[in-house]
Amino acid sequence: MADVAAMPARRRGRGNTAALPGWVGKAARLIVSIAVTLFGLMALTFFIGRMLPLDPVAAILGDNATQEAYEAMQRQLGLDQPLYIQFAHYVYDIARLDFGTALTTGKPVLDDIGRVFPATIELATVGILIGTGLGIPLGVLAAAYRDTAIDYFVRVFGLLGYSTPNFWLGLMGLVLFYATLGWVEGPGRIDTAYQWDIEPVTDLLLLDTAMAGQWDIFRNAFGHIILPASILGFGAMAYISRMTRSFMLEQLAQEYVIAARVKGLSWGRTVWVHAFRNVAVQVVTVVALAYAFLLEGAVLTETVFAWPGFGRYLTNALLGGDMNAVVGCTLVVGIIFVGLNLLSDLLYRVFDPRTR
Amino acid sequence: MPAATSLGAWLRAPVPASPFQARMQAFWLGWRRLRRNPPALIGAAMLLVLIAVAAFAPLIATHDIYAQDLMARLQPPSAVHWLGTDDLGRDIFSRLVFGARITLYIAFLAALIAAPLGLVIGATAGYLGGWTDTVLMRLVDIFLSFPSLILALAFVAALGPGIENAIIAISLAAWPPIARLARAETLTVRQSDYIAAVRLQGASRLRIIVHHVMPMCIPSVVVRITLNMAAIILTAAGLGFLGLGAQPPSPEWGAMLSTGRQFVMTSWWIAAIPGTAILLTSLAFNLFGDGLRDVLDPRHG
Repeated sequence: MADVAAMPARRRGRGNTAALPGWVGKAARLIVSIAVTLFGLMALTFFIGRMLPLDPVAAILGDNATQEAYEAMQRQLGLDQPLYIQFAHYVYDIARLDFGTALTTGKPVLDDIGRVFPATIELATVGILIGTGLGIPLGVLAAAYRDTAIDYFVRVFGLLGYSTPNFWLGLMGLVLFYATLGWVEGPGRIDTAYQWDIEPVTDLLLLDTAMAGQWDIFRNAFGHIILPASILGFGAMAYISRMTRSFMLEQLAQEYVIAARVKGLSWGRTVWVHAFRNVAVQVVTVVALAYAFLLEGAVLTETVFAWPGFGRYLTNALLGGDMNAVVGCTLVVGIIFVGLNLLSDLLYRVFDPRTR
Repeated sequence: MPAATSLGAWLRAPVPASPFQARMQAFWLGWRRLRRNPPALIGAAMLLVLIAVAAFAPLIATHDIYAQDLMARLQPPSAVHWLGTDDLGRDIFSRLVFGARITLYIAFLAALIAAPLGLVIGATAGYLGGWTDTVLMRLVDIFLSFPSLILALAFVAALGPGIENAIIAISLAAWPPIARLARAETLTVRQSDYIAAVRLQGASRLRIIVHHVMPMCIPSVVVRITLNMAAIILTAAGLGFLGLGAQPPSPEWGAMLSTGRQFVMTSWWIAAIPGTAILLTSLAFNLFGDGLRDVLDPRHG
């Protein structure tokens, strides 16, 4: 469908300069594709919400409700109507940004998500900084010194990152670095003593305290975030270093590398300036995807570290059988995931001249 | 050793006399390539050990895995309890041994559901093309729009906790990448001459897909699912850890870790041991999967 819609615009664009330019067709195709994906996300989450073996009416009223009260609640929730009408209501509510009320907190799901999200963003951002800062240099070095000790070390380290259950690593990290060595702070975002001294501007504690010049609180918040962020970053590092290595190997096999060496360029300069520049765009797209995967890793890590973020909210909703919150969270993650995928695609198109 | 020589000659014969011989020769070549890859061999050896442990669990276990001994709670590793005891005084080593069965059960069953599902959908989409392709691949894209753990969590929330539901949820989250892979493989073979020849002989589309397209996709699907098993094991352990997978008193490793969490500050080994087992199993699948890819899929080597 999308292809057909885009074709006339492209043809006109080539034959007649006064007609619609080519990017209009491309943009239209992109919008159709996003719309279809969003519709699919909603259909899937709707389906998950309706698979529930629990009876939502009974969950609200309890088992002893009268038949009249039961039917009244069923009507109120719209559950007496056919599925496609229910789905239409569901789509309409989401379009109005109404994700329903969370049973566990009694507040609108979207408000809840907005409240817990900054904590997760902060954690994931510090995590991706660690993962990128380690992953890219390690990947480049592994490719530049292929089949040497450095390469083996990077590959084993990466393989461990892929294979380690991060919630377990979190527990062990707490035992070692918090309880035994005392190098880092314990679970939570910040010591409760400091909790009310922070002026929330962005809700990112590191940023808020740094802007207010509260460096002692900043140090405390940093002590809390460094361990969970490192553990998340470890997984991201595994992915980023592996992809960087394979992109670099492809570049280093090209003839321009030999030409640069023959001209007398040092190996370091050839690798970092010439070869790395050609993979930089690909690496950026990988980092965007790794960031999306951090949201997934955050669910379990936050549970271990009692981090008051999105992941812990989702876990609590799951354990409390709060389907509105679960569906809302799933949908939000899906939208973010699609958005980051799109962003990585766009970055690729904008910055890599070969895709034009 | 005349028998061995003739076997070697049979495996090395330049022109195989039967399809069976040809297949054995292919296996033998693959084995020779795998033999030169020490990490893959280590992975394979670890998996064999794990399978043996699971198979002979009643012989290896030293204690009844459900027998509680409240006088011997939270014991550190000792001669009687090789890996210590948990909060109910149950022997951790024996529970770990029986837990291997559950882990393998989850991993293989999830793979057995996800791989054929992905293979059929991907091969059908790729071979038929057109609307079928558009619709099926849209479906795949939508499933891929969620991180697999989040999707599995949502499915488990809807289906209810339990090991069978966890397996269904993991499979539902694991098939889309396989479908995409199978479609890509199908697109490379659908225009080949042998497919055209079969079509001219009057084979139906179903027959072509099942007998002539799907077998070509199997090697890459096998590699992919082996690598996926590492992720499947981590997801299953995560579900168990959250209390959404296998339920107590099952000795599932994730569930064991979850109990150990409450005592981690005083008795760290209760959580450390099952976690190490999860790590080693996942590592074994990753090592073996990487090696298998080099053997079956030399293009990406």
